[in-house]
Amino acid sequence: MTTPSMLKGARERWVRTGGVELCVAELGDPEQPTVVLVHGYPDSKEVWSEVAARLADRCGFHVVLYDVRGHGRSTAPQPLRGGFTLAKLTDDFLAVVDTVSPNHPVHVVGHDWGSVQSWEFVTVGRTEGRIASFTSMSGPSLDHFGHWINARMKRPTPRRVGQLLGQGAKSWYVYLLHTPALPELAWRGPLGKRWPKILQRVEKVPGDGYPTASLPSDAAHGAWLYRDNVRARLRRPRPDAYAHAPVQLITPQGDAFLSERLYDDLDQWVPRLTRRTLPAKHWIPRTRPDQLAAWIEEFVTAVEGGRPEPAATGRHAERFGGQLVLVTGAGSGIGRATAFAFAEAGARVVAVDRDAEAATRTAELSRLIGAPEAWAETADVSDEQAMEKLAEKVHRAYGVLDVLVNNAGIGLSGSFFTTTTDDWRKVLDVNLWGVIHGCRLFGARMAERGQGGHIVNIASAAAYQPSRALPAYSTSKAAVLMLSECLRAELASQDIGVTAICPGLVNTNITSTARFTGVDETEERRRQKHSARLYSLRNYPPEKVAGAILDAVTHNRAVVPVTPEARGAHLLSRFMPGVLRGIARVNPKL
Amino acid sequence: MTTAVSSELSTELQGFRRVQRLAYECAEAVAARLEPGVTEREAARMQREWLRERGVRDWFHLPFAWFGDRTAFVDFRIPLQFFPTDRALEPGMPFILDMAPVYEGYTADIGYSGSLGVNPVQDRLMADLEAHRELILREVRERRPLREIYEDVDRLMVRQGYANRHRAYPFGVIAHKVDRVKQRRWSPHLFGFGTQSLKGLAADALHGHREGWSPLWSPYRFSDHPPQPGLWAVEPHLGFRGTGAKFEEILVLTDSRDPEQSAFWLDDDLPHVRRWAEEK
Repeated sequence: MTTPSMLKGARERWVRTGGVELCVAELGDPEQPTVVLVHGYPDSKEVWSEVAARLADRCGFHVVLYDVRGHGRSTAPQPLRGGFTLAKLTDDFLAVVDTVSPNHPVHVVGHDWGSVQSWEFVTVGRTEGRIASFTSMSGPSLDHFGHWINARMKRPTPRRVGQLLGQGAKSWYVYLLHTPALPELAWRGPLGKRWPKILQRVEKVPGDGYPTASLPSDAAHGAWLYRDNVRARLRRPRPDAYAHAPVQLITPQGDAFLSERLYDDLDQWVPRLTRRTLPAKHWIPRTRPDQLAAWIEEFVTAVEGGRPEPAATGRHAERFGGQLVLVTGAGSGIGRATAFAFAEAGARVVAVDRDAEAATRTAELSRLIGAPEAWAETADVSDEQAMEKLAEKVHRAYGVLDVLVNNAGIGLSGSFFTTTTDDWRKVLDVNLWGVIHGCRLFGARMAERGQGGHIVNIASAAAYQPSRALPAYSTSKAAVLMLSECLRAELASQDIGVTAICPGLVNTNITSTARFTGVDETEERRRQKHSARLYSLRNYPPEKVAGAILDAVTHNRAVVPVTPEARGAHLLSRFMPGVLRGIARVNPKL
Repeated sequence: MTTAVSSELSTELQGFRRVQRLAYECAEAVAARLEPGVTEREAARMQREWLRERGVRDWFHLPFAWFGDRTAFVDFRIPLQFFPTDRALEPGMPFILDMAPVYEGYTADIGYSGSLGVNPVQDRLMADLEAHRELILREVRERRPLREIYEDVDRLMVRQGYANRHRAYPFGVIAHKVDRVKQRRWSPHLFGFGTQSLKGLAADALHGHREGWSPLWSPYRFSDHPPQPGLWAVEPHLGFRGTGAKFEEILVLTDSRDPEQSAFWLDDDLPHVRRWAEEK
């Protein structure tokens, strides 16, 4: 017996069922909850190698993988035609489950065709009581798909026709796979040879020895998955395809083969449904193993513990649930509101502020409104060493960030000639260097991990609206804006988005801590008070900026002006910069 | 002479204390009867009927009830939205009951926050309201201008991480004066407010306008004056992501030189105060 190189430490066994022999690999402690990973097309069980290792080592589950009949080292049925029906695949599944976990129901995880067949497992009567939960990725139930098409054919509103055409175009390969002999020829010939390179280039799958050598025969046999099932099921979908276990649906937003809209009607089939989305392409078991392992662990643990499945209520909860988010300047204003918005979406929050008490408060309240975990850290973003220490601690104790929000900033107002070099240093240290340190220290690890992420830098409308009253502040923010744009270009290839947020006048305490140059202390205090009053009259709440930040991350936007005046100025800066220059000359009365 | 004045004062205060207690009893009784499916309208009617049965004939304002995110006045644009709706109570939902009965000519205005079952967020808000009660009393005793006290309360709220929701009240008031009202056989109300009380408030406003003070304690310039003797119904209202909490009770202000006597809460034996004491 040889251990496959991609599944380190796996115990292998063979299960004989329905005329084929299935190659089954096991990892982890058999006493623990069993997670069965089912692979897709054209794949073999090794597609799960990264996820399986994490689930077994880090989460402590009993992980079971098997090669679907005709794939990897499992044998193929004879004859091939009619040997891949969903009924036979269900037989295989039950045979495997009865061998590896005879007494306890298992947690199924399926990707692509593995998910398609798992939908069958979880919706037919004979598996009831054998499945504890199901996590589905990129593979709809053919029955649900059939009903989805029927609903859109029967009442073809323009939107529904668009959805049909959209999915129809994405399914081009399904039509090709129905042609006789050609797919087999292609896979055993040139396509099979080039496929690994294509995956790396188009799907950005890491080139780490996967796909395995069995790919050409996997792909050739697997064509029968489509031929044996797709037409039959889409034409006559089962009317009773209700899930008898809780389902977690993970939808990659950049999937080239499946539209997100396919799952719109899923609630009617699944009584206990948890939705997750992530910005990634089709092969998420290869490209996002950390995130998948975390979501599977959370879901399985919740089901095992008899607790309700994770269901954060906030906006974008399906996107940020369980993700690790760090916000600087989280002790007040926009930073605090952002931490709360992420907490409400179920993210794990690290609240950083130089005011320890305020950061603690943010973390406490974050836990109260939905963050599964939240921590407070004290650091001054302008202090390089403090930031290095912070990054070291965060990476060691909490993990690599999924979202970084560089929010900490200070205000400074006054003529260029009354702004001392010390003033300049202070404002640049916090507003620009704080962002640089954040991007450098946390962004580097994000890029190194290679599983995507997002960086949000809070710039300002002053980044493109010049003003004689804010030379230093505007300079620092313009630098942040350009830094974000450059970084966005550099990190795009690593699937890391970078966003610059330009809030505008927002009612926060930045005004009451701002420095006003060229005036004495009493006058400075008067101006702070006066500007605070002006901002409070404007009364644009930081919560709305936080909402814009979550939207921006979800849609990976580059530059987001938030308040109406910030948006107006942004438009003017592009089309009528002369007007902004005119406004810049006005000396605001403070 | 002094004894006569103080005894007269204390009988006055006894009257206000009686009606305030009655109102809080009503709130607790109604809160105990709330269950899933009860609507805001029903809760408001329960309060009204409970108080009518006990002799209340006039109102400073009719009882309000807010459920769910309406406790934090989410998306409130016009004052009509304060009135009770058909929103039904669900398990875990926060609620606020707010009523201002007039009893034997004495007015009370109270606010009672609670939740159906456990609501950790509202519990936290209520616990954090204690600091506001202390802050208001301390600064009033220091004779700080009302507008500044308002701003300090605001700052404390922001530091705690909450939003100021009393800003949504008419004129953004954190407090308003209440007084005795004449008992009439017929006591109509206008937009939920008793006409007798409105008349009193209007008279105060006129008076105050001449003397440079206002019966409304707001963030605006007309509140930029030291505390004015009288009875003030103080109602700091915190909001946090769709959950609100408030208390409302009467603060007595006198022109005494002694700080202790210059301002004090009418009654310290109220549900929220007892609750804070128990938590310690």
